[in-house]
Amino acid sequence: MKVYLDNSATTKLDSRVFAAMKPYLLDKYANPSSIHLEGQALYLALEKARNEVAEILGAQTRGIIFTASATEANNLIIKGFARANRTSQKNKILVSELEHPAVLEAARELADEGFELDYLKANKRGIIESSELEKKIDDKVLLVSVMAVNNEIGTINDITTLAKITHKFGAYFHSDIVQAIPYLKIEAEKMGLDFFSLSAHKFNGPKGVGLAYIKPGLKIKAQIVGGGQEENHRAGTHNLPGIIGLAEALKIAYKERSSYLKNVRTLRDYLWRSLNKEIKGLKVNGCLKSRVPANLNIMFGSIEGEAILMDLAYKGISVSTGSACSASNLKSSYVLRAIGLEAYNLNSNIRFSLGKYNTKKEIDYTIKALKETVARLRSFSPVKTPAKSKSKTKK
Amino acid sequence: MALNYTKKTLDNFLKPKNIGKISNPDGYAQVGNMTCGDQLDFFLKVEKGKIKDVKFLSFGCASNIATASILTEKVKGMTVIAAKKYPWQKIVSELGGLPTQKVHCSVMAVQGLKKAIENYEMEEEKKGKKGKKKPVLKKVKAKVKVKKTKTKTKVK
Repeated sequence: MKVYLDNSATTKLDSRVFAAMKPYLLDKYANPSSIHLEGQALYLALEKARNEVAEILGAQTRGIIFTASATEANNLIIKGFARANRTSQKNKILVSELEHPAVLEAARELADEGFELDYLKANKRGIIESSELEKKIDDKVLLVSVMAVNNEIGTINDITTLAKITHKFGAYFHSDIVQAIPYLKIEAEKMGLDFFSLSAHKFNGPKGVGLAYIKPGLKIKAQIVGGGQEENHRAGTHNLPGIIGLAEALKIAYKERSSYLKNVRTLRDYLWRSLNKEIKGLKVNGCLKSRVPANLNIMFGSIEGEAILMDLAYKGISVSTGSACSASNLKSSYVLRAIGLEAYNLNSNIRFSLGKYNTKKEIDYTIKALKETVARLRSFSPVKTPAKSKSKTKK
Repeated sequence: MALNYTKKTLDNFLKPKNIGKISNPDGYAQVGNMTCGDQLDFFLKVEKGKIKDVKFLSFGCASNIATASILTEKVKGMTVIAAKKYPWQKIVSELGGLPTQKVHCSVMAVQGLKKAIENYEMEEEKKGKKGKKKPVLKKVKAKVKVKKTKTKTKVK
């Protein structure tokens, strides 16, 4: 049996999305920037998609800038906005320490250019509290960036409140909402988002397309220059099949939101309840309540994460240790470190991220397989399985 | 990231050889720790200068388990002198290659084994200083037993 539980890394393309994209791959291939009839017809299709996306996300249509990824969108917003608006009074950037590397690295580049950079600390539950922002923000701050949902532990930040505090200090607010679709309803204008970024492949859309929202009127410096597409914010021929796919995937995601959320929560809760019952010494990383219903991040204690991952992989189950990004450099998770995991527990965690194609049968299979995997690896571990009562006695 | 393990590596991960403990080992060592993300414990039984048995425990990734497994397979029956010099490169080639970021696992495995052999040699040296080898060991054991019974009777 094959079970894909790595939906925070990427998702399967919805066949309806593919059907919507197909004509734009095969027949409607003209360049929407061309002024011949074929091109102009596609220009209309492009703008229709932009409109639809803006409407679903409660944003202004003109602010939607299509990119190739959320990483690109994060780079454009953070570097582009900071570089275009820097003054001697406003030269400080605040980012949360739980951000995706796309935000962290972009901010670090700004620090190299002389910007002052500070980090918002997460609490032990994995949430950036408003008091933390109030403590760190001052009139020198130009931009604050806090993700809506964390990619490793799925915890949710109150971005509306954080945006409000940010604005009091004359600063601007960006949120990486990549992991929030469709778990949170996004109403950009109401929530006070000046910027946000997302990518289609996280919600059953195609890979290779994302968007940056830049509230109209805000000055930004393009990071990719060329033919002046996207109101001079992002050059490059439009990936129209991708954009059509993004819009279609977003429409479906929000149309089917309530039934999906119910299903995925039922499965996730069932997975955790069963694992916790059947396997000793497990612990959920981060707050279980204030997290998206698709995420479960578990600490196993006495066995190593990659060994668990590989053992499951050979049973047909795809999961990840931390995030797919941190797997490439074999460094332990900075997110888990930030929420206070002891150093010796950093290499013993698995992220299960569910999606809309998972079934009860798959979860049952996963529970059974994981039980065997954990028993096998623990049977030759030199480290004792952490006892549940231990943490209780500490309290 | 390329993390393509060879079939042999996977076999040694999924069905590792020589896992477990040896009670009263002649040599024991631990390398690495949980904070680094990998730890190996080696146990040795030595007879007439040769490795009669070797077992290991692992907190580690697939290649940590696989490298220790193949190493223990290869050194069983070898003299401790030869086993101590077993090169990590040979583990890599025995497994048909390891991903670059996993080569350190093979280094750690040979270090662990070497440490366990050194532990055995140290113990042997201690025994050697006390006199002849085997009889001394028996005498020591006997003394301990006598002490134990004495204390027990005292308590009673």
